Amino acid sequence: MTFFESLRHNRRAAIGAMIFLGLLLAVLPFTVGNLLGNSWLRILDFALLYIMLALGLNIVVGFAGLLDLGYIAFYAVGAYFYALLASPHFGLHLPVWLIIPGGAALAGLFGVILGAPTLRLRGDYLAIVTLGFGEIVRIFMNNLNAPINITNGPQGISGIDPINMGGVTLARPIEFLGITIPSLHAYYYLFLALALLIVFVSIRLEDSRIGRAWVAIREDEIAAKACGINTRNIKLLAFAMGASFGGVAGGLFAGFQGFVSPESFSLMESVMVLCMVVLGGMGNIPGVILGGILLTLLPEAFRHGAGPVQMALFGKILLDPEALRMLAFGLALIIVMLYRPAGLWPSSTRRREFKGEGA
Amino acid sequence: MSTVLLEARGVAKHFGGVKALRDVSLTIRQGEIYGLIGPNGAGKTTFFNVLTGLYHPDGGEIVFAGEKLKASAPHEVAARGIARTFQNIRLFANMTARQNVMVGRHVRTGAGVLGAVLRNRRTRDEEAAIYRRAEELLHYVGVADRADDLARHLSYGDQRRLEIARALATEPQLLALDEPAAGMNGTETEGLRLLVEGIRADGITVLLIEHDVKLVMGLCDRVAVLDYGQKISEDVPAVVQKDPRVIEAYLGGAVA
Repeated sequence: MTFFESLRHNRRAAIGAMIFLGLLLAVLPFTVGNLLGNSWLRILDFALLYIMLALGLNIVVGFAGLLDLGYIAFYAVGAYFYALLASPHFGLHLPVWLIIPGGAALAGLFGVILGAPTLRLRGDYLAIVTLGFGEIVRIFMNNLNAPINITNGPQGISGIDPINMGGVTLARPIEFLGITIPSLHAYYYLFLALALLIVFVSIRLEDSRIGRAWVAIREDEIAAKACGINTRNIKLLAFAMGASFGGVAGGLFAGFQGFVSPESFSLMESVMVLCMVVLGGMGNIPGVILGGILLTLLPEAFRHGAGPVQMALFGKILLDPEALRMLAFGLALIIVMLYRPAGLWPSSTRRREFKGEGA
Repeated sequence: MSTVLLEARGVAKHFGGVKALRDVSLTIRQGEIYGLIGPNGAGKTTFFNVLTGLYHPDGGEIVFAGEKLKASAPHEVAARGIARTFQNIRLFANMTARQNVMVGRHVRTGAGVLGAVLRNRRTRDEEAAIYRRAEELLHYVGVADRADDLARHLSYGDQRRLEIARALATEPQLLALDEPAAGMNGTETEGLRLLVEGIRADGITVLLIEHDVKLVMGLCDRVAVLDYGQKISEDVPAVVQKDPRVIEAYLGGAVA
């Protein structure tokens, strides 16, 4: 960690590191695409979506300390908002600059609606209620095909318009200054830009009056009230902010995938995003990003790698890669929680909290 | 000195069959240090909790600075100018000492999400002012050298002082201290006495719950005594000390 602390004090080194990181992120899709192929490029795009989700959940769980097990519902709201307004399903084809912010706003509204009844709850009780809300949203998506067909039920909505920016669709390769940018690369750059925006907003919020109020509520709600914090509004704000990040990611997901169905928004997805936050380092933005990347890439690496490795070692496949993937995932979680209970990359204060150093 | 800052009128609070407060009326004047004493379980902390909006009273009302206090709205009570500390210290344990005090400024500042994200001139100025005020208050209570340590790592006495700094950050007219000297040694208690006198000298009225009789008698202008949820005496310390009802409450009545 001393490397990062030295960056904080040395401005030139920090700028240098930023430029290096920027170049790395810019050439990454070409490197990955050439070396590993398009399937890994897709995984990279998904990693960026999961980073957005993890950062959104981090506001609710990491900052405000409200354990939310139904977070994926907001991802679903964003995705269905896009799917309904830009697909042949209703024959609507609204522009993306309207749907993505609209989806974020609607998800934020859902955050408030689902947050309001839970304001008095904490910990386990809150987790159970939010889990229920998450399932309610998914089941609604599943069943809102009768009497009026709104969501098309379990079949989901297909043929969703690809993301189209100023007349340029990201579904086909784009000619730009003589360079051809393939579709997956273009999506990568768009997702990267929005992920960076969400990182920026998260960082700014963390170090602000609102961010301090969130952490104060996490630490001691009664004392926070006595300090004049309107805990009801500040908690709802956390739900709304977190949900709106999820809504953005959901809209992008729908446009990228071209298809949404309730299956994509199961409880397992909520748990996965929560794992990213906890495993990475709850409340610490770089840690949460790391958690998002690792938990997207590692299971995929297993899925793609376990088969060939077994073939090479034993000449046949002994264990189904899919089963092995979940086994390794569970094992990794247990090991991290045993040896790094504050997460892989905890914030400096949380590190101190777990070590208990000082007076 | 004689304007009334706070007037409690017939405040009552029941927990099931237990009458924790029965018809408690008292008057706190601007600029005084007012002591609230009584045996354990007499209802002192319950009165604090009603006063600061954590409990909803079952009867009576509290008038503060000429206006009725809204019941069960702690953050509005803080905004009106009543700050408190807690008997069992309630700091934000995993925030630094400075951040704890900065949270106290929440109620007097207004930056929202947009301000935080854009970090415009107004927000930057406000943040800088919050930071400066926190530094001042940390110096004022004498824990400035621990500003960057987590609150949970401060010594017990420093935690008590930090909690007072956080309460002062809300710019109160009335500072309510719930047993601030509990668990302190003689030197620390003396330091606390000087701190409370300094706070009063700055024009803040102080309401003090305390068991340390010497501290209360030396520090307070007037004292009220609660026993079984009722006020049994209210006067200057010298008179209260000789009140037979008070002596009975503390030492038990004559054997029948």
